[in-house]
Amino acid sequence: MNRRDFLRLAALGAGAVILPLPAFAREISEAEALAPNLSFAEKKRLADVALNVAKSNGASYCDARIGRYLRQAIFTRENKVLGAQSSESFGVGIRVIVNGAWGFAATNRVTPDGIKKAAETAVAIAKINAKFQKEPVQLAPTKALGDVRWQTPIEKNAFEVPIKEKTDFLLAVNDAALKNGANFVSSSLFLVNEQKFFASTDGSYIDQDIHRIWPTFNVTVVDKTTGKFQSRSELAAPMGMGYEYLSARPEGKYQLPEGIIGYGKYYDMIEDAALAAKHVQQKLKAKSVEPGKYDLVLDPAHLWLTIHESVGHPLELDRVLGYEANYAGTSFATLDKWRSKSFNYGSPIVNLFADKTQPTSLGAVGYDDEGVPTKRWDLIKDGILVNYQAIRDQVHIIGEKESHGCCYADSWSSIQFQRMPNVSLAPGKAKLSVAEMIAGVDKGIYIVGDSSYSIDQQRYNFQFTGQLFYEIKNGKIVGMLKDVAYQSNTQEFWNSCVAICDESDYRLGGSFFDGKGQPGQVSAVSHGSSTTRFNNVNVINTARNV
Amino acid sequence: MSVLSKEDAKKILDKVLSFSKAEECEASLSGGASGNIRYARNTVTTSGFVEDVSLSVSAKFGKRVGSASANELDDASIERCVRRAEELARLAPENPEAMPFLEPQTYLESQAYFEPTATITPDYRASVAQEGISQAEKLGMTAAGFFEDGARFSAMANSKGLFAYHKSTGMEFTLTVRTNDGTGSGYAVKDYNDVRKFRPKEDSEIAVRKAELSRNPRAIEPGKYTVILEPAALVSDEGLLNNFIFAMGARAADEGRSFFSKKGGGNKIGEKILDERVNIYSDPTHPEIPAQTWQSDGLPREKTWWIKNGVLQNLVYDRYWASQKGVKPIAFPSGIIFEGSNASLEDLIRDTRKGILVTRLWYIRSVDPQTLLYTGLTRDGTFYIENGKIQYAIKNMRFNESPVIMLNNLDALGKPERLNGNLVPPMRIRDFTFTSLSDAV
Repeated sequence: MNRRDFLRLAALGAGAVILPLPAFAREISEAEALAPNLSFAEKKRLADVALNVAKSNGASYCDARIGRYLRQAIFTRENKVLGAQSSESFGVGIRVIVNGAWGFAATNRVTPDGIKKAAETAVAIAKINAKFQKEPVQLAPTKALGDVRWQTPIEKNAFEVPIKEKTDFLLAVNDAALKNGANFVSSSLFLVNEQKFFASTDGSYIDQDIHRIWPTFNVTVVDKTTGKFQSRSELAAPMGMGYEYLSARPEGKYQLPEGIIGYGKYYDMIEDAALAAKHVQQKLKAKSVEPGKYDLVLDPAHLWLTIHESVGHPLELDRVLGYEANYAGTSFATLDKWRSKSFNYGSPIVNLFADKTQPTSLGAVGYDDEGVPTKRWDLIKDGILVNYQAIRDQVHIIGEKESHGCCYADSWSSIQFQRMPNVSLAPGKAKLSVAEMIAGVDKGIYIVGDSSYSIDQQRYNFQFTGQLFYEIKNGKIVGMLKDVAYQSNTQEFWNSCVAICDESDYRLGGSFFDGKGQPGQVSAVSHGSSTTRFNNVNVINTARNV
Repeated sequence: MSVLSKEDAKKILDKVLSFSKAEECEASLSGGASGNIRYARNTVTTSGFVEDVSLSVSAKFGKRVGSASANELDDASIERCVRRAEELARLAPENPEAMPFLEPQTYLESQAYFEPTATITPDYRASVAQEGISQAEKLGMTAAGFFEDGARFSAMANSKGLFAYHKSTGMEFTLTVRTNDGTGSGYAVKDYNDVRKFRPKEDSEIAVRKAELSRNPRAIEPGKYTVILEPAALVSDEGLLNNFIFAMGARAADEGRSFFSKKGGGNKIGEKILDERVNIYSDPTHPEIPAQTWQSDGLPREKTWWIKNGVLQNLVYDRYWASQKGVKPIAFPSGIIFEGSNASLEDLIRDTRKGILVTRLWYIRSVDPQTLLYTGLTRDGTFYIENGKIQYAIKNMRFNESPVIMLNNLDALGKPERLNGNLVPPMRIRDFTFTSLSDAV
């Protein structure tokens, strides 16, 4: 079950309001979540068991990941706490190459004996896989790092904040929405702490402590006279931060047109919920959009999802090669287009880069899940497709000698594979504010917040909606619109990009539960941008009479 | 972990309850084994096998509920788990909507366990993959697929004497075959409780045949078309009909924020909302789609009519909302049965003057919850029909459509087929709205 199904089922009351636990996870108390993990030396000793057993059984390579994954989820609606759950999942995943083929096994018995058995199983599986393997695995080299550590630079560990304080906070968020005219409001908080130890026969022992936080709400107003309802969700992003993200410091605020407030490094959730209630009442009275071509001014809290779907996914090398053909699909951004060095993915001002290092982003780690130091690299440079996202066993396909460092597994029990790094649009080089951008638009729509999204299996044709829509006429916002969706083609859309606000408007959006693979795995990823203008985009009206 | 018998599961759950010191205690025990094989680019890419067992205990003091789980079933582990649930319950915030655990219930019997599925071997999975790969390779095509099977049991008991048990087996097969020139793609999907109904050769051929037929598609203008939607276009992980069912919550309807809300208050139960030939019910004992006869809180799943002659019969009521409204709680259905006719897909095509055959719809997302408007795209086999015959493959298109509008524009129903745990007929729909073209193959 993915998050969407869970939320739908929860809405139906088909089960208790708790998240389905990942495999092998167990519910724990707040105190248990704060109990220390094994020491570096203890983990190193255990991981060495895996490396030694694998090597002595014929493995040419082995990595072991000892992972402790802590999760916390809190759900509320109106003045009620519906559930609060903390869970822990602890175990080890062992990956080997034998006779040129991968093998993987995992166990929650993190003891020398349990690890030895899992390593033997991984070797046995690799030997079977080698019989069917058409080409041996080619692993790009990575340097031996010795003993290293990395931690998300947090100020306050959200797991250390008592649950009572968090539920009180969410109830205050709900109260702010209700006081400002909401009929219904639900709010949730999701926390993740990955305590991951990685060891490989390349000579690296890496201990990482990674934190993520996602505050989210949904505010609804029902107009009893018309029977219509409208909703709005938060205009802030999930982040790779601690509880300080919710500290509402003023430097996190972005004052946008029409009194809209955007959020960067710090989020004032109570303020956002109060504004949301007012917005929803305006949405009920908004004008239904006239379909046609409009210049779109897209806020970062909206554009991140368009970047994610139309740039992030099509440039995953495994999709391009066909490994995801039966599920998520393939990609229009084929190798011949990349080889041509002249494929115009976007207009010349479009620079999209991948990175796993950006502070506060969901994807930021020191090292990926195969021990490669993380970095930043270009995907689209001056509008031209220049690179993909690739890991150690893929980079030889694009003629590179070093992994990009974007390998990830969502659990110790899942096999690591290529996952999307943060993919972001570089801000404009010339000074340009949102107000100045809007002033230059004759007929346009300003869109804030993400909502419905859909794209085809090769990532050509997409359709997006948003949370808030404002009509722009002759350089001025003249009122709110509703029933807006825009449709375009990826290449056409990015080539219609004519202006990007400067770096002072640069903010992150992101997804906490991006899905990929069979069996499915989730990952968290951020996408940064400044407000950006796209000319002459097709807008449809989504109102229907039923 | 093997599939525990009813008696063995009850023994363990009785032991769990015997350790309880809470006002109320409820425990569920589930486990089993599942195996899978994934293939792409005409080679096996990954395979896996997982066995698990999980005990979950909920302890209740007033409106405070705490849950804990364990993966070991020795006495000490069980007792630790019960104590932990009690500790967490004392610390939990009060949930004003928490309901007392259910009294003993009577459950229907459902035969969902088939030994041939429970004993599937890695060799069998490899042969399924090999079948698709070799068929594709012979014709200059590339196969990517996934086959997964499993055998599971689940049981629950509580301190009021309720006990429920179910065991089941299942398998799912999906295969995408692409032509090597990149112009054609075909898809096949099958799921059964009993693997003997699965025919790897014939079912793989469906995807190969669709890929061949879909080569070199032509573009047609988007707009309103008569369409024939195959079951895979109606129910899938995110299908239009699943979404319709997912929207059938009584609470959201009564709160005025659902398609099923009635203007002025209440919900649409009793109103005719769809074409009178639409009849949808659920029945966990149906031999084609047998399923668990109770949901996770112990509420029985019974034969339930959702739509009869186009009239809304029921909505899903959880126990809390039912208690507020003074009605009987109604469980979320395990799968739906959409009644049809005896007409085959070929019959539907033959009776179509002009139209589009849609194999599959995907990336379906809600656009407007008020009207149940969804968007998504056709994929892996879209064809133009004229004068009762498939004329040529066409390019994929994006749709914006509501299942409510679609099921009012019903033209004809075919013979129901199993898909994703549902029984759904292919159907012909008038004026289905396509809004743009896609270059995707």
